[in-house]
Amino acid sequence: MFLRRLSTPVLRPASSTLSLRARWLATTTAFGKTFDKILIANRGEIAVRVIKTAKKMGIKTVAVYSDADANSLHVRLADEAINIGPAPTSQSYLVVDNIIKAVKQSGAQAVHPGYGFLSENSHFVSALDEAGVTFIGPNSKSMFMMGDKIESKKIAKAAGVHTIPGYDGEIEDVETAIKVANDIGYPVMVKASAGGGGKGMRIAYSDEECREAFKLSKAEAKSSFGDDRMLVEKFIEDPRHIEIQLIGDQHGNTYYLPERECSIQRRNQKVIEEAPSVHIDEATRKAMGEQAVALAKNVGYFSAGTCEFLVDAKRNFYFLEMNTRLQVEHPITEYITNVDLVELMIRVAANQKLEFDQKEIAKPKGWAFESRVYAEDPEKYLPSIGRLTKYIEPKAVTADGHDVRCDSGIVEGSEISIYYDPMICKLCTYGETREIARHRMESALDRYVIKGVTHNVPLLRDVISHPRFASGKISTKFLAQEYPKGFKGAKLDDQKKTQLFTMAAIVHARRDLAKRDWIAGGGSLVEFAPAKTEWELHISLTKTGEKETVFVTAEKDASWTVKIGDKTINTKSNWVLNSPLVEGVVEGENVVVQFLDALPVGYRLQYLGTKFDVTVQSPTQHELSKYMKEKPKLDLTSIILAPMPGTVVNVNVKEGDVVAQGSELATLEAMKMQNMLRAPRAGKIKKVLVKAGQSVAGEEILIEFEKEAVAKKA
Amino acid sequence: MLLNRVLAATRVAPLNLRAVSRFSLGGSVPALAASSLRSLATVASVNAASKEGSLIQKIEAKRAEALIGGGQKRIDTQHSKGKLTARERVHLLLDAGSFREYDAFVEHQCTDFGMESQKITGDGVVTGHGTINGRLVYLFSQDFTAFGGSLSKMHAQKICKIMDQALMVGAPVIGLNDSGGARIQEGVDSLECFVSGVIPQISMIMGPCAGGAVYSPALTDFTFMVRDSSYLFVTGPEVVKAVTNEEVTQEELGGAKAHTTKSGVAHLAFDNDIEALARLRDFVDFLPLSNRAEVPIKPTADPSDRVDPVLNTIVPADSTKAYDIKDVIERIVDDGNFYEIMPDYAKNIVIGFARLGGQTVSVIANQPLVSSGVLDINSSVKAARWVRFCFLPGTHQEHGGIIRNGAKLLYAYAEATVPKITVITRKAYGGAYDVIPQLLWPTGEIAVMGAKGAVEIIFRQSKDKSAAEADYINKFANPLPAAQRGFLDDIILPSETRKIIIRDLQVLKNKKKENPWKKHGNVPL
Repeated sequence: MFLRRLSTPVLRPASSTLSLRARWLATTTAFGKTFDKILIANRGEIAVRVIKTAKKMGIKTVAVYSDADANSLHVRLADEAINIGPAPTSQSYLVVDNIIKAVKQSGAQAVHPGYGFLSENSHFVSALDEAGVTFIGPNSKSMFMMGDKIESKKIAKAAGVHTIPGYDGEIEDVETAIKVANDIGYPVMVKASAGGGGKGMRIAYSDEECREAFKLSKAEAKSSFGDDRMLVEKFIEDPRHIEIQLIGDQHGNTYYLPERECSIQRRNQKVIEEAPSVHIDEATRKAMGEQAVALAKNVGYFSAGTCEFLVDAKRNFYFLEMNTRLQVEHPITEYITNVDLVELMIRVAANQKLEFDQKEIAKPKGWAFESRVYAEDPEKYLPSIGRLTKYIEPKAVTADGHDVRCDSGIVEGSEISIYYDPMICKLCTYGETREIARHRMESALDRYVIKGVTHNVPLLRDVISHPRFASGKISTKFLAQEYPKGFKGAKLDDQKKTQLFTMAAIVHARRDLAKRDWIAGGGSLVEFAPAKTEWELHISLTKTGEKETVFVTAEKDASWTVKIGDKTINTKSNWVLNSPLVEGVVEGENVVVQFLDALPVGYRLQYLGTKFDVTVQSPTQHELSKYMKEKPKLDLTSIILAPMPGTVVNVNVKEGDVVAQGSELATLEAMKMQNMLRAPRAGKIKKVLVKAGQSVAGEEILIEFEKEAVAKKA
Repeated sequence: MLLNRVLAATRVAPLNLRAVSRFSLGGSVPALAASSLRSLATVASVNAASKEGSLIQKIEAKRAEALIGGGQKRIDTQHSKGKLTARERVHLLLDAGSFREYDAFVEHQCTDFGMESQKITGDGVVTGHGTINGRLVYLFSQDFTAFGGSLSKMHAQKICKIMDQALMVGAPVIGLNDSGGARIQEGVDSLECFVSGVIPQISMIMGPCAGGAVYSPALTDFTFMVRDSSYLFVTGPEVVKAVTNEEVTQEELGGAKAHTTKSGVAHLAFDNDIEALARLRDFVDFLPLSNRAEVPIKPTADPSDRVDPVLNTIVPADSTKAYDIKDVIERIVDDGNFYEIMPDYAKNIVIGFARLGGQTVSVIANQPLVSSGVLDINSSVKAARWVRFCFLPGTHQEHGGIIRNGAKLLYAYAEATVPKITVITRKAYGGAYDVIPQLLWPTGEIAVMGAKGAVEIIFRQSKDKSAAEADYINKFANPLPAAQRGFLDDIILPSETRKIIIRDLQVLKNKKKENPWKKHGNVPL
């Protein structure tokens, strides 16, 4: 149609997004014919990822999309795109019939499922088999056996693989769950059989927690996977999460690749991964790898798959589960092996043989980190939705472009919606050593510009630079142990504080100079105003109240002399006013600060990943600020606010109810996670402003309490 | 405290006025004292014993009195309310050292009710001129510590004087209002009415403003308020209680919240004096100094040919789905810097200042996020007032219409002689679409009404209206039909909007349009 024709050419992104410069996309060059056209039954970054490899291999691509994704990057990059229904996944990406229809309509010969959605659904694989279409992944039988956590555990046990003590079967109801939990002994893990990625899993330390975990996980499993069978098993404390990547063909060749460590997790959701692991020696790697291969061979598994293990301090490892798909964190394995796992999956699906030297391929070549950048508030762990008003990914700095890799499915202007996983990007860095890769991650995070949604870069940046993380002494308890009261933003030592104050002062001076600059309409008095070269600034951080008096002098050649207390700091910075990155050299050290917003009296700057509201006052403003009054705050003890935008699943109270502190008031579902809202105090419900099924905005008032009766003075 | 020190110093002879100025720096009237004393003080210290010297001493003693207004006790009371003094405010608003005061020695001439014995030098208002980022502004700042900032004849004359001056030289007038009401108030209102349209006038309400005095800011171009410390009402809570028995607080009746969300009397509200005056500086940067002055242009690093592909997909394909027009505006203007005016009133229309290619532009846009961006009474009035103040291009879509108030907007558009550019991003239905030359995005639609409504009328008899509706959509719910009929100038790629508007502004730069002579046009009121 008219609109389509007009807009199509301009919607194509610049070819740089498809750059084949990265080594992992360019290594394997010799391969026979595979498919003419494949369909990617997924969305977001993984769909984009698969399309990139398909393009490299000369395969035409078909994207599928929901109404909400019509303008998504994966749709724009694919050769064809087919709408498969409305925004909710249960009506689009999870509907087998719709995908099959799209496959038939497009004439695709094979389907890559990505991860999540239908990637581990053996019914889907069977349906494709029936339609005569190749599934780019394992066969349905081995997927069924290994993908199902109950089955795989039994098989692993039978094959002599170390497994975690637990109950080998489905748990029907809450009472059984509690009984089993008591048999094994707390703590226990309650998880959905079909679960993964942290969804539908909870740890319980008591009967009460077990009861709640069972209920919530079961509900989540139903909405996320359409399968709510539940498991209960022993929970091993302080373990490391280490996994083995497998790749096998249909001719009986199965190889293991170097391990990935995914110990930095929160609520079983991976946050930062690395490959290889500092904890694994060659012998352990070999033992884990060989067990994983044996297990796969036992069930005739081929294509890419991952065996997850828990590893204790003594390097005892326990089989956790097998993921019968491409993992989210596969890029770091590609980084240290120089293979393209998607390409291998496609070749295996086309029945090609894989020939690797097992010993050689298991050797890690360098080190890689992955940071999962999420649209999520890292202090409250709540998802954030909205449009990415500014989005600039960090660029590679090395000549071969092999140091920074961004796997993302979004561009500036994309919307993070409530319908899907709020992942923004998988940011990976590579280095010859762990330290090099780690420093590159610090730098990449500092230069990553994301505006429009709240994101977790502050937490990622803090963990990456954390001394314990740097030392490699980590476990899955890392976040809980290091941030027992939750993450509260970067803490600044004296040097960092000096750097932030210095950069804030330069930002102010640069802006102040620009304010006196007029091309026209400046009036006749501009010439009389003397050029300003010196500033006395009173700078303070809103959150901590830390303050300094800073004297700045503009020198020649983008140099600045900054005085804080009795310290004189020589600085260089050539900041261009509208650039979000303020780069400078402070006392010989490179410093990157992001300019986010101007505040009425100061600036919002991002430093070390964390946002700082920095007040910058003139001497007069400073002198007079003591007379200003604090604004009264909203009384949060009498209202329940929606912690994020989402849908009200149920409301458990009605007007007039008297509730105890901590009682369940309502459940809010957002980003496929159920969040229970509890009473902040005991009291009487004054008003219920929402009902089940209603969509609510973040910070919307849901329930009001009667004001607390003030005790009368005697 | 400071008061005592200054007065003590003035009694001691020979006086070293330099010393006065020095310790004033550390007091509660920082640096201001220094700048005002500068010229004469130097002379005085050289020759304090001579005849001229003693006269100068006397003058400076009087000036020192003027500096502290109603005295330290009242200054402390003012501070305890979270409010600053008249002079402190002036100092915060203007470039350091630029303030030139007028009429510091003025005292009231009233002899009734014992007033002759109560005189405060300056008579409750500080007036003068100074610069904001190097540009000339005139201002008056009412001093609540002196007779509650009330207006006397002399007080009013001081204000009139700077207005006359401002009008003469062509510079904005800024009023920092903090006044208990009238002692005498004639003269001021009529004058302000007269200057509107010649020089920009801004009222910053920083304290009470009640009774007849409220019409003074109401006649200026912009009224800003400070939250929790400023009030605007014709009759106060006591009178309301006496008349209607309604219990209402000052804040509820005439506070910043009431006036920026409900009444639309005030255009912006700020959290405190310091923030208000800092943001007022930014606001003044957008204004031309007068109707004779050039539109201000600032250097910008944002390229004027910047193409933004995000705009191509910013309007949802589903035409029933809303989007935030502010996202669109911020992507088009320089550095994403949009200074919104009246953000909390009639939110279905968005107005404010921005820059394009460095040049100030005024933006007026329908907001699809709120009531689909329709024009209702409040939004029409908000927009019409804005257009009448301003001048410039607009982003425009989704008009609905109501006759009388919509007509105000039309009238305002028609009267505005400045370059006007319209971008239709989506629906422009109804009577208001054809006011200005237009650029359409491919998602734009121009029609008399939506497909559903049109089909209801045209095919009234037909049973199956869905086919007719689809047909109508095909015919009119895209930009081509209107383009073919010459109702618009061009269909453009959204990504190139910035580039095209900046170029068009260049073309229209020398636009000369004079409205036909009218005895007095009848604004649809």
